[in-house]
Amino acid sequence: MRSKIAIAALAAAGLAAVSTACSSGNGFGSSSASSSAAAAPNKSALTLMFGSSGTAETAAVQQAAKAFTKQSGIPVQVVAASNLSQQVAQGFSGGTPPNVFYLDPLTFQNYAKDGVLDAYPSTLPNSGDFASALSQAFTYKSTFTCEPKDASTLALYVNTTDWQQAGLGAPPSNWTQLEADAKKLTTGGRAGLTIDQTHSGIDEFLYQNGGTVTNAAGTKVELDSSQNVAALTFLKGMLNQGIMKFPSQVGAGFSGQAFGENKAAMDIIGNWENGALQADYPNVKFKVYPLPAGPSGTHATLSFTNCWGVPKQQSNLAGAIEFVKFLTTSQQEMTFSKAFGVIPSLNTAQAQYVKTYPQYATFVQELAYAHPDIAIAGSTQALSAFDSALQQLASGNPASILKTAQQNLQAVINQGA
Amino acid sequence: MTVLARRDSRADPPAAGGIRARRPLFTARGREAAAGWLMSAPVIVLLLVFLVAPIAMAAWVSVSDWNGIGSPFASGVHAVGGRNYAALLTQPGLPQQQLGESLRNNVYYVIIVVPVQTALALGLAVIVSRKRLAGRGFFRTAYYFPSITSSVAVSILFLYIFGTSGVVNAIVGDLGGHGPNWFDDPNGVLHIILSGLGVTTAPGALANHGFIGLSWWDWLAGPSVAMFALIALAIWTTSGTFMLIFLPAIYAIPSDITEAALMDGANAWQRFRKITLPMLRPALFLVLTLGLIGTWQVFDQIYLISQGNPAGTTLTPAYLSYLTSFGNQQWGQGAAIAFILFAIIVVLAIAQRLIISERRAGGAS
Repeated sequence: MRSKIAIAALAAAGLAAVSTACSSGNGFGSSSASSSAAAAPNKSALTLMFGSSGTAETAAVQQAAKAFTKQSGIPVQVVAASNLSQQVAQGFSGGTPPNVFYLDPLTFQNYAKDGVLDAYPSTLPNSGDFASALSQAFTYKSTFTCEPKDASTLALYVNTTDWQQAGLGAPPSNWTQLEADAKKLTTGGRAGLTIDQTHSGIDEFLYQNGGTVTNAAGTKVELDSSQNVAALTFLKGMLNQGIMKFPSQVGAGFSGQAFGENKAAMDIIGNWENGALQADYPNVKFKVYPLPAGPSGTHATLSFTNCWGVPKQQSNLAGAIEFVKFLTTSQQEMTFSKAFGVIPSLNTAQAQYVKTYPQYATFVQELAYAHPDIAIAGSTQALSAFDSALQQLASGNPASILKTAQQNLQAVINQGA
Repeated sequence: MTVLARRDSRADPPAAGGIRARRPLFTARGREAAAGWLMSAPVIVLLLVFLVAPIAMAAWVSVSDWNGIGSPFASGVHAVGGRNYAALLTQPGLPQQQLGESLRNNVYYVIIVVPVQTALALGLAVIVSRKRLAGRGFFRTAYYFPSITSSVAVSILFLYIFGTSGVVNAIVGDLGGHGPNWFDDPNGVLHIILSGLGVTTAPGALANHGFIGLSWWDWLAGPSVAMFALIALAIWTTSGTFMLIFLPAIYAIPSDITEAALMDGANAWQRFRKITLPMLRPALFLVLTLGLIGTWQVFDQIYLISQGNPAGTTLTPAYLSYLTSFGNQQWGQGAAIAFILFAIIVVLAIAQRLIISERRAGGAS
């Protein structure tokens, strides 16, 4: 008994001490020192946190940081995160987020909603130099809040060896031709076409068929339209004929692997596939074409991008913005492009990119009719449920898959509103 | 803190009846008590800071609207009562449905893994404890190996073993069968068996009623094919560890009892059933409890291998809690899932303790 009371007292004292220590920490809720501190530029060190695709990217980012330090006198610590979103989240909860970090559109929505990001683009001269699909992905409540660092679009990869063997001519320019070509390219051990079995690999067909995912304001989900049902039904038809296969059906982790291993002759995937083919399947001969148009002639693709996130509350806001300004020059973006294959985000840099890599011009041209991949604050689980349903498209009912996703995503929006 | 505690322990009169005597610091026992507290203070402080305080903070987060920015105790964070729990337990919607799925998956995982790993561990322990077994040391090491291998390495190994063109499917193919796409097959094993018997659609009674967002028909799906591969992994890795708990307990059984049984003409099975098993009851309780807790908390294999896919059939409450918190930034709901899981484990552990101790009492009388 005696010891129990003593333990209880000790526990209470300990808890009180710990919780006051926590609450007196640099919580975001109570402080008001943001703008005044930000205005004064200082030389305190910056931390850049990013998720690296490999050693090439890490080295390029480190080099850029060094060059910036030389120019500005502000030291930069570069941290290649093993789990970026988790480490950034830990930084925010501890009150010490990295000064600059890679930010994806979905997480961007979460942080923008919480009001923790600095809307710096308006202070930079290049904020008008982005394609609308890119700036739209980082616009929250009509404020462009975070500058895209790169750009990707989905395109049609064709294995030219298979193509010639099948005796095919021009690449498919509409769905009918896509289906016909896929049929001709299908052999016993090889599917004609593969796409990734997620919303990010499939939604372009919805747009091509005149459908959409949400209304322009992002307040209403419009997934269960008849155009979208028709688009999924078209894909289901190709799956059931065996002329299109999902990567998991051929034992591949993603569609690019199935394409590289020639388990599929065509693949709809983004330009990150170039690096994968170069590294793992250097003998595959391929060409990249724009995606075929839908039945009504509508061209559409999905665009993917990350941005340079800058927290509002931080040790050196002016320095961080200065750093982003340095990173988003045409020259620096082209350096990154040459180092690890990303497509620049700035229109001016893209013009240079197209000249240097004419074989990949398709990706840049497609930006004109690209739609950003779905990004709704708090929708991670609703989207993964949607992906789970899409995996079962071959045996599933397109209308009910879309209806369920519609309800789940609308519930997320309603909850956040 | 320690000073305060010392003063408390000194001032506190002994409550258990008998003589009420003060125990000031200068008596021998008082000094001993004070020294005891002083020496254990570092550990107690560590426990408070790294165990009690985080749990208390998580409990607060589970009833708050904290958004992961800054301290959960900052002024902008509000208490929302049971809202996070209600969204999971009582309101129809995706959060409730996913909790239901994760609980179903984990129930099947526990129901299969715990008995099988316990039986296997016991069997292995009995075999390698035989004095006449050649190369005992080798087998003991071999069986224990999976347990000391990093779970990351084991998970990646299983990704290959159960791959579409992996070892398992190659063997199935050699036997004339056709192996499934293990990690991509969301079909429940019980549903597969039922469809083999001709039952492909749910009876209305099962399809139209449900519990935590899932119809009874979905509850009865059984573990998915993908989950089965994870179950195999869990059994393979943990049996060796638990074998190691059984081994010393087997060695501790006095040999004269076994000899007496031999003299009475008991055969090997009778000796195991009537002597070994009853005498292993404490070890059995430990293994079952550890197994129960470990299987309910399964996280790393899911994180590495399946991320809840295919079709949410390998989602577990622990992984769902992570996904909700770090993926969706819904920290309150994520913490609430963790506490629901905590409650389940505590209730089951208590129930198990009651059952085993009842049996023990029954056996003694």
